[in-house]
Parts: sequence; structure tokens; C-alpha cells
Amino acid sequence: MSEKLKVGFLLLGGCAGCEMAVVDLSEKLVDALAHLEVVFWAPTVADVKYHDLEAMDDGYIDVAFIDGMIRLDEHIHMAKVMRKKAKTLIAFGVCAALGGTAGMGSLHTKEELFSKAFKNTTTTDNPDNVYPSPHCLVDGKYDLTLPAYEDKVRTLNQIVDVDYYIGGCPPHHSHVEVAIGALVTKQLPPKGSWITNGKAVCDVCKRNPTRNGNGGRIMVDKVLRMVDGIPDDNVCLLQQGYLCFGPITQGDCGGSCLNVNIPCRGCGGPIPGNEDYGAQALTSIASILGSEDATASLMEKYPNLAKFFYRYALPSGTLPRKM
Amino acid sequence: MSFSPNIVGFACQWCTYAGADLAGNLRCKYPPTVKLIKVPCSGRVKPEYVLQALAQGADGVLVGGCHFGDCHYKDGNYKTKNRMDLLSKLIADMGFDPRRLRLEWISGAEGQKFAKVITEFTEELIALGPNPLKKEEELINE
Repeated sequence: MSEKLKVGFLLLGGCAGCEMAVVDLSEKLVDALAHLEVVFWAPTVADVKYHDLEAMDDGYIDVAFIDGMIRLDEHIHMAKVMRKKAKTLIAFGVCAALGGTAGMGSLHTKEELFSKAFKNTTTTDNPDNVYPSPHCLVDGKYDLTLPAYEDKVRTLNQIVDVDYYIGGCPPHHSHVEVAIGALVTKQLPPKGSWITNGKAVCDVCKRNPTRNGNGGRIMVDKVLRMVDGIPDDNVCLLQQGYLCFGPITQGDCGGSCLNVNIPCRGCGGPIPGNEDYGAQALTSIASILGSEDATASLMEKYPNLAKFFYRYALPSGTLPRKM
Repeated sequence: MSFSPNIVGFACQWCTYAGADLAGNLRCKYPPTVKLIKVPCSGRVKPEYVLQALAQGADGVLVGGCHFGDCHYKDGNYKTKNRMDLLSKLIADMGFDPRRLRLEWISGAEGQKFAKVITEFTEELIALGPNPLKKEEELINE
């Protein structure tokens, strides 16, 4: 390969777990670096500042990965800057693609969130009710600023055009490897698609009942949560009454959660052809409820259905926040 | 001008849609507030449709299907029931009054029931007021 591919990583409103998934490639990352040149990785790994990105020529970066959702005006600004500097922009991980768990913040007002975070937690001591504010004048002369808080969480594609999406919270490192391989060899799907193996979690799940001849329509009479018992290791969780989003979620993770007895909650993103993840999850779960009692027990056990069905996808939903 | 609600109605072609036809033939009077969309079965109504109607400013959504046991596809309406029960809780969690989503079983012979349901639903929506999203839009436009 004549010239190295210039890549950049930008963390917005996320936890940097997606970047850990890149680091988790370990020695494979070392091999990949023969083909890649990291020109920007902030604010986590490299010692570069935002103004270094702003100083780059437009289109200088070949492939940019953005992880994390959009909540602050700084996120909006940096996403726009990165879009200008990058030829290809990837929404990396479910936060950038669909909003992620932080997207559930849109079900609460700013007041609720701030009082929880800065006042009412048991480990917080804040007698003067000091909240972060975008501007603060210290000693009458230092005008300090903080990024301003937007009224709701947004996904990356609500701010800028996104070329590819990668799901996962975080993306499984084996999938990151596949994705980086596809980028290096330029074997990419059409723009605007997800980089995925195209299979549902059930397809890669070892519990899939069709593998051992127990397939067929699933109907449950009662709904269980993980606190209600320990599921059988080898039986489909839906057949046991534990609600799992495997049927409608992309299985790039290889069914990692199912391998350790945890139901899928949909971080992989929706299987192709579905635009509203939570609504699809509702349809899928409703179709296995065999009686009104089962429906009633679901609603009793999951007090907030918006947070249940839209665990990772609320900002991308038809109704992206609470009215 | 007084508030006249905008109802999006999803009507099963085998029963509620025929019921609406009959209401017309019988010259039943009901408010002109409902826009009916014919669907093959109430079980065909995906939650996305209802959410989309609310997101685009509908004040209420009516889903009309066959009585239990009468479904042309045997159990479509049982699926509708499960789905709409969950959906009405979901829209309540999203901050909408769950009464904005109404599920009714109206057969092809129940033209009068159709007229009665639309009249009642319209009155209920007038009491609830416009879709809260529309209020927000007005505020933004001001």
C-alpha cells in the first residue's frame, strides 16, 4: 500500500468505551497501524487539542470515527468541524448511531437531571446549590465558560451527514477488526449503511431453538426479569419468559450477552429495514405474549416501557423525547 | 375558532371500515374529525404508525378491529390487543395522555357504534386539548 490511511477519532458525549474497543484489538491494532496513520484522537488518547483539528485542511482526514451522542453545543460544533475535515465519517458505536443509554436522558427535564447529578445523590455535598453554568465570572475578571446544555440528546446524523454506522455498546473488538479491515481494503457497503454482518443476534446465538429442533412459535404466559431467577444456560431466553431483543438486533457481537446468560437489550442497532428500534422491539415482544396476564405482568415488572424498549435508541425514535 | 381534533383512524377492512360505510348508509351523524386509513387487519398496525401520527400532530389515534373470535385471520386482533396495551403505556411514558390512543372493536354491522365511538372520542379529545407537540410548535413559531 503506497500511502497510509489517515484516521481520526473524536469522542463526544460518550464514555470512551468505543475507543477501548479499538485498543482491545491489541496486537491486531499494531498490524493495522501499518496501514493507518492516526492524525487526531481527542480528547482521550493523543495529545492534540480541538484547535489542531480546526487548523487542518478540509478533507485532510480519510476516515473519522465519532463516538458518543450529542448533548452540548460543543458536541454540535466539533461534529460539524470533523465532518468538514473528514472524507468519510463513521458513527462509531450505538451512542453516535442511535443515541445510546444516555439518550434516555431526553425522558427527563434538565432540572431533574441536574438536581440528581449535582445535588441529590448521597455522595454529593452541595449546600449552595451550585450548578454548572455556561458562563462564570471569577474574581470579577476571569470570564470562564463551559459548553452549554442542549434541550435534548441528538444522534450524530441529526447534526451532520454520516457515511457509515457501527453499532454496539461498545462495538465488539472482533467487529471493529472486520470494520477496519473493510476500510483498509475499501470493501465498503453503499454510503449511509451500517457496517454489519447483516445477521440478527438470534442468528449467531447458540441458544437459537431451531438449532436443536425446538423451533416454532414462542408463546409465554409469564414474563420474568433477571432478578426473578437464573435462566437455563442452553434454552432460548424468550422461551423461558425472559425478554430478549435478539430477534431485531444486529448480531455483530456474536451474541456476547447471551453467552453469559444476559438477555439482549439492543445495543447492536436495528436489523436492516427498521427505522424505529423501540417500536419494533415492542412489536416483537408483544407477539410472544400468550395471554392478558403476560401483558399485565410485563407492564408491572417494567415500570417505564420507554426506557425498556428504547434503552439504546430513544433519540433516533419517532418521538425522540418526552413531551 | 373552537378546537376541532384531528383523529387518524386505522380501520380493519373486514369490520371497522365496513362499519364506517354502514354508518354512512344509515345517515348516522358524527363529527367530521376522523381520517380513516384502510388496513388489511388491525394486527397490521405497527406501533410506528401510531407514533408517526402523534409525531406529525394528530390529536388522537383510533385503531379499529374485529371482535375477538371474528378476525378474518383468526388471531390478528389478539396481537393488536397486546401491542396496543403496551403502546398505550409507552406513549404515556413518553408524556402523552394514553387516552389519545383508542382501541375499539367495531364489526361491519355496527355502523351506529362507529358513529358513537367517533362522537365520544372527539368529545374526549376536545376536553384533552390539542396534541402537546402542536403547542410547542406554536411557541417556536411565535
